[in-house]
Amino acid sequence: MTAPDNNEGGLSVLDRPNSYIGRTVPRPNAKRLIAGRGTFVDDIKLPRMLHLAFLRSPYAHAKIEGIDSDEAKSMPGVIGVFTGKDLIDHCTSWQGVLTHLAGLKSAPQSALAVEKASWQGEAVVAVVATSRALAEDAIEHIIVDFKDLPVVLDMETALDPATPVIHPELGDNLTWTREVVGGDVEAAFSNATHIVEETFRFSRHTGVTLEPRGLVADFDPVERKMTVYHSGQAPHMMQAIFAKHVDLPEADVRVICKDIGGSFGIKVHTYGDEMATVAIAKILGRPVKFIADRVESFTADIHSRDHKVTARMAVDAEGKILGYELDDLTGVGPYSMYPRTSAIEANQVISLSGGQYDFENYRAKATVVYQNKAMMCQYRAVGHPIATAVSEGMADLAAAATGLDPLEFRRRNLVADDAYPKTSAAGAPMDDLSHHACLDKMVTMMDYDAVRADRTAARAQGKIRGIGFASFIEVGSPSPLFYGTGGARISAQDGATLRLEPQGTVTVSIGVTEQGQGTEAIIAQIAATAVGVAIENVRVKTGDTDNSPYGGGTWGSRGAGIGGEATLQAGKVLRQNILHVAGAVLQTGPDTLDILDGAVVDKQGGAERITLADLGAQVHFRTGELPNDLQPEFVATQHYRVKGQPFVLTNGIQASYLDIDPETGGVTLLKHWVVEDCGTVINPQLVDEQIRGGVVQGIGGVLFEECLYDEDGNFISATMADYLVPMAAEMPDIEIAHVETPTSTSELGAKGAGEAGTGGAPAAIMNAVNDALAPHKARVTTHPITPERVLRALGVI
Amino acid sequence: MPSMVSWRLRGGAQRVRYRYVHQPNWGKIPVKAPPFAYVRATSLDQVFDLKAQHGDDARILAGGQSLMAMLNLRLDAPELLIDINGLDALKGIDEDGDAVVIGGLTRHVELERSALVATHLPLIAEAMPNIAHPAIRNRGTIGGSIALADPAAELPACVVALDAEIKLVSGAGERTVKAREFFHGLYDTARNDDELVAAVRVPKSPVSRRYFFSEITPRRGDFASAGLAATVEIDGDTMSDLTLVFFGLAGRPILAARTGDAASGAALTGDIDQIIGQVHAVLDEELETQADLHSSAKMKSHLARVLTKRALTQFAAGRS
Repeated sequence: MTAPDNNEGGLSVLDRPNSYIGRTVPRPNAKRLIAGRGTFVDDIKLPRMLHLAFLRSPYAHAKIEGIDSDEAKSMPGVIGVFTGKDLIDHCTSWQGVLTHLAGLKSAPQSALAVEKASWQGEAVVAVVATSRALAEDAIEHIIVDFKDLPVVLDMETALDPATPVIHPELGDNLTWTREVVGGDVEAAFSNATHIVEETFRFSRHTGVTLEPRGLVADFDPVERKMTVYHSGQAPHMMQAIFAKHVDLPEADVRVICKDIGGSFGIKVHTYGDEMATVAIAKILGRPVKFIADRVESFTADIHSRDHKVTARMAVDAEGKILGYELDDLTGVGPYSMYPRTSAIEANQVISLSGGQYDFENYRAKATVVYQNKAMMCQYRAVGHPIATAVSEGMADLAAAATGLDPLEFRRRNLVADDAYPKTSAAGAPMDDLSHHACLDKMVTMMDYDAVRADRTAARAQGKIRGIGFASFIEVGSPSPLFYGTGGARISAQDGATLRLEPQGTVTVSIGVTEQGQGTEAIIAQIAATAVGVAIENVRVKTGDTDNSPYGGGTWGSRGAGIGGEATLQAGKVLRQNILHVAGAVLQTGPDTLDILDGAVVDKQGGAERITLADLGAQVHFRTGELPNDLQPEFVATQHYRVKGQPFVLTNGIQASYLDIDPETGGVTLLKHWVVEDCGTVINPQLVDEQIRGGVVQGIGGVLFEECLYDEDGNFISATMADYLVPMAAEMPDIEIAHVETPTSTSELGAKGAGEAGTGGAPAAIMNAVNDALAPHKARVTTHPITPERVLRALGVI
Repeated sequence: MPSMVSWRLRGGAQRVRYRYVHQPNWGKIPVKAPPFAYVRATSLDQVFDLKAQHGDDARILAGGQSLMAMLNLRLDAPELLIDINGLDALKGIDEDGDAVVIGGLTRHVELERSALVATHLPLIAEAMPNIAHPAIRNRGTIGGSIALADPAAELPACVVALDAEIKLVSGAGERTVKAREFFHGLYDTARNDDELVAAVRVPKSPVSRRYFFSEITPRRGDFASAGLAATVEIDGDTMSDLTLVFFGLAGRPILAARTGDAASGAALTGDIDQIIGQVHAVLDEELETQADLHSSAKMKSHLARVLTKRALTQFAAGRS
């Protein structure tokens, strides 16, 4: 065996002989979950535990004039009934504003509605009983005297003077507005050869996690400690929020996230029903469980998207983009979500649009308004599907106006791979991107010429067939500039603690969390590589504020980029610590030694000197054999954050190939391709799974999913039969390839991969639909692209 | 049975909304069924006795693919569930002279796999894979599907198309209702509350008969936006007795009798498009469609034309 060349030998730590980086290794938790041995929140049963059910507002907007719960209180098994007024003194209100989002305003929000309910599904009364069924029985006997108020639903008229103001104290229904200007847009448009314009509409979506939101709050009145088992993705953030609003020191609130059945950004917010659960557990001094059912998930989980964007693009005779401008309007429900706010998605739209292209003149305006629908906040690929669909839709229009093939248009306009670092027209710092390399790889992977020939042949047979592309940028690894700087107690930094155990295994405790995407697997791979042990000998512990180093959790594609780098650095320190001790024990210089597959070896020649198990036993149990001046430190902690910039960007390109049934308007996806650059790929299978899952959520958004409200603000698609998520039969083969441009901000070089699929798929599919419809002089730019919308565009109905 | 959640899609959604809007004290969103008593019946007489005793407060539990969802959504709150799954008298698929008799408790999966059905009732055989998903077909029953009469359900349309008879039993005895007279409207049938769908008697299909079954759904396995069960007799090139039964378009299966009559006698030679055009003209006059959450009435009317065209095209291509 050849001894490893460490950093000093010219190879990076990622190239160590026992490296797990870039290898598909099985997820350590997969077998357990498949065997049904997972512990989701609803699996937790504590002694004396009670169950919560909520009476939720049947109205989109209604004054609460009285609540009669006398009969409910005397029902079998009922322990308590709590109204919004009952909880005011036990749970303080909150406001979803951040100081760096200038002008953002929101009304104070309480755990339960107090004076009025502002959307259908807002929690109004909480009933605690010895079972969920008994709590639901009691709710049927509560009489709430609702007086309905006029509803504000249409975001396009929310700011009209004639429209009622939802929260009169705010003055109007405007949540936030911002304009981004770069260069001179007017001059660009006046110099243009072609100007293209279009309006795009995006429906409301929600995340539809397999495991709904839920928690068990357990308050010990003797020690005054609160333990919350939470289906969430940011335990430390929730620790701070629970502590603040139920008035406990943060250190006396423990948040534990065991197995999580998907999150997608849904589970990183402050929900009134969850706050009420914690407050009631504190009042009663007993464990209280609340698990959202599917209808509650639809009406009380955050929604997202729901944008209307009008855009114009100016190009010269050669198809070079001269200028780009857009107006984005979005409605976010009656409050700004706490603590991340409901302004971020619109901000992403205006900050990211066109960022893949090399041009200077840009103007974009975001207008965010209140309405009486469910609250909106950050769901997977925040803003990306909108920014990408609009920009790529405009790119295809501009290509057509110039007479260019869509790929040729992109070749002429995508930022050159050697142009970095660079700032986008919208002001976003960009580095280490690879649009052209990805495009070239896409052409090869999909065999573009062959697909085009196939399209021609199919069209000759009367088929409506199209190809669509979407180049995109993707935000990952958010820095403290994202939330913390605006006053939110959301950590952008994560710590990893690595411990060498007596038997030579390594235990990792880390702030990033596992929600089913495989975070624990990649952290184990990095730890095994950095220390030099077999992956079977690594244990990863996540999701417990009492035991994890402080951190932000997993959202915004930060698990690998931030958690991974912290693990790598802690692993390097632990390896040096181990070698320091081994050098003393073996009476040789630590720099002549390395660790390989669980044993200390000679760096030259690779001969095994002592196993980590022997060294561990010596250090832990026979410490007397060590020199007196040697104190072994077999625990190492390192933290990591992205510095000096708001995020680490990634990029890629997607392509879609599809058929449209001319008679039914149905879209059949024939094939989907993705080339993605997430920097260093740690586990190819997990990255590909992330991208495929993301593409499927993107397919849902562009073809199927829609939170539908009627004219009274009733949510009318709140079941899995009515809210259409794509299923296996609707999915095409999704072929994936990678370009690896490591980020220069970290040694690991990994960037995010969680949002690329969702961010780019709607654009690629919409462009393919419009390519297919182009010979028929039809276009669809409203998502979801339903059969009926296609047939209307074709003039069939 | 696809009816599992259709209460929320159509009638159910109306009901939920009604309760939301008009009974504001009913603001909860339930997931657990209200309390009920449960009896696993061991004989039909026991079922009849219990029904006589409890009347409308008792519900019959067969495959449970609609009832359980309705209970968990608290759209229904019976005092008693009478589980008939143990009643062998209601099970099985048998030949009876020129008919096939299907017991009300026969599961969809049994119809799907039945050689008798494949041989004598090819329309039903063709329809079965379209019913929801395998897990639902494993539990759902033909009796439940027919008794509930979801407007998008496949089997009600098939039994109307095949001119079947529905055998109803109660403590007062039994009676038979023609399928074409059974379905009155949205979840409204000729069945009295104390009656069970004991069996469906379907005439064996002559070998000369042609069949078409197709439905258009948002996703595979969804409730149909529009569906068509059609049969026809073709003698040489000439169509006769064209039977078109649409589902998913309005409150109940629609037998488009005038359209069928108008097309009977037409020759399937020459310009098929012309025949389709003539059929469409009658169909447009005859059909009345209602919107659902995902398709407007106009869309449904259009899809009915598409399905009719596909049926006639298939018949023309397959003529002997």
